[in-house]
Amino acid sequence: MNKVLMSGNNIIGEAAIRSGCRFYAGYPITPQNELTEYMAEHMREAPGGVFIQSESEIAAIHMIIGASATGARVMTSSSSPGISLKQEGISSMAACELPGVIVNIMRGGPGLGNIRPAQGDYFQATRGGGHGDYRTIVFGPATCQELADLTMSAYDLADKYRTPVMILADGMMGQMMEPVIFKKPKPRHYNENFILKGAGSGKSKFIRGLILDAIDMEEHNWKLERKYQVIKARETLHEEHRTEDAKLVIVAYGTAARIAKGAIKRLRDNGMQVGLFRPITLWPFPEAELRALSARVKKFLVFEMSTGQMLDDVRLALQGYADIEFHGRPGGVVPTPSELANVIARHYKETGK
Amino acid sequence: MSKKVFSRPRSLKEAVFHYCPGCGHSIAHRLVAEVIDELDIRSRVIGIPPAGCAVLAYNYFDVDMIEAQHGRGPATATGIKRARPDSIVFSYQGDGDLAAIGIAESLHAANRGENITVIFINNACYGMTGGQMAPTTMLQQRTTTTPSGRNNILDGYPVKVSEIFSRLPGVTYLERVTVNSPAGVNKTKKAIKKAFRCQIDGLGFSLIEILSPCPTNWKLSPVDSCKWIDDVMSKEFPLGVFKDNTGAGKKTGEAAP
Repeated sequence: MNKVLMSGNNIIGEAAIRSGCRFYAGYPITPQNELTEYMAEHMREAPGGVFIQSESEIAAIHMIIGASATGARVMTSSSSPGISLKQEGISSMAACELPGVIVNIMRGGPGLGNIRPAQGDYFQATRGGGHGDYRTIVFGPATCQELADLTMSAYDLADKYRTPVMILADGMMGQMMEPVIFKKPKPRHYNENFILKGAGSGKSKFIRGLILDAIDMEEHNWKLERKYQVIKARETLHEEHRTEDAKLVIVAYGTAARIAKGAIKRLRDNGMQVGLFRPITLWPFPEAELRALSARVKKFLVFEMSTGQMLDDVRLALQGYADIEFHGRPGGVVPTPSELANVIARHYKETGK
Repeated sequence: MSKKVFSRPRSLKEAVFHYCPGCGHSIAHRLVAEVIDELDIRSRVIGIPPAGCAVLAYNYFDVDMIEAQHGRGPATATGIKRARPDSIVFSYQGDGDLAAIGIAESLHAANRGENITVIFINNACYGMTGGQMAPTTMLQQRTTTTPSGRNNILDGYPVKVSEIFSRLPGVTYLERVTVNSPAGVNKTKKAIKKAFRCQIDGLGFSLIEILSPCPTNWKLSPVDSCKWIDDVMSKEFPLGVFKDNTGAGKKTGEAAP
């Protein structure tokens, strides 16, 4: 397998096509346009591949719903304000149990915000985002290699659990270039019974999220919840970096985790025992794994490019067993590793060595 | 010896319609089902019910269906048709669905010339939610949200979908009909058949606008509702074929190879 140098947005597109994605619909929005453009150029080269520049974000998500219902592997992508518009459809996909991959290359918000990298959509992504009782599997890649690998995993999980999966990255991840190896995608296993292709000579099928009877609707909600519990038990991913002897552990994901690694290198060079706990799945959040770490680490520093959203999940996971500090830079500010190192060092000194 | 002259279409399930007495939906459903049977396309039809009175259409149509969120039918139809081009796709939409919340999805599907069929029920109000003003509500028409009648200064004008959509080059066949009389029902069936035929032949976007009685929300008897379509509604929304390019054959791509 050859290493190729590509930008993050293009890597997602290439990984999707290699995974068998044959339907992409999207609408222009910075900083994810390269992904839409990559799909425009390459999707139609794939056999049966469909690319549509939709009239809106809303139309894009509903187009992929239609294509997904007919059994195609599908993708749509956008950035923060556009993802807000897609939430109607994401909720619908969860309700109708339709697989699909949604990419959010986050920018500064709220509102139109700006086009700089930020992590302000964590709540929206991990709490479902749209209306109703549902969850979305969310990956928070931190390297270009992970963009490729996790895009492929996203298709596997979307099919396996018949649910939408989100790739949550930011403008920096989308624009940066790194060498990447595209692994061989796993063969697809998807139950034909869930595919609409016309009734043939047999019984007709329908796909719906409308369930008027309250008891039936409740049962559907519990059915989805049972599925989410299985996902939680089986699909949680995280990385630990230099936590073995750490007295203070940073909790960060995506671009923030890259910055944290740079800061940790500096601090380790100065003899400070600090490490990183990096959630790779943001939902399900690796709460048991983080709690386990609190048996030997008594201080955690949550670092996010937001005012503190994942912070809530860290609090819920640690349940008061350890001290939690927070450092945040919202609005599109990307702090340097040395800035973060100074913050960490200050808290580290308070641990009393 | 007896001979069977009337029976339930194969493409309708054995279910009793929940629609109000005098409502046009039941007739439109039946006509679509008859056309699907007559064209022998049930095996590859995928239909899309809207949000609105016809939201439960999957309980009546015995064809594959996927429900769309309010107004998104043509986007979902686009996804289905492009991903599975051998399917016959129809979106069934009301006036709020097509001409208000989903006008972008509807207009752009038409503009792309998606090879799908849209059955558009225009009953001049939001039926399921209790008779509020629709984009197609007539001026002076009383609804629950225009209690003194629709006022053009405050509420705007009735949206003329067929007139607007027929101007789009992507549209191949477009006709406005009504189901308020036996003759109208027969004409409506012919129009629906032509629209599906247009899709089967790969000719592009077709839309049939059906002026449809809503006695419950119009506060009229079924008979008076049918009369109101003749006397009032069809004056604002004249019947007829607005576009017929079915004779021109398949569209060809104009982009550079």
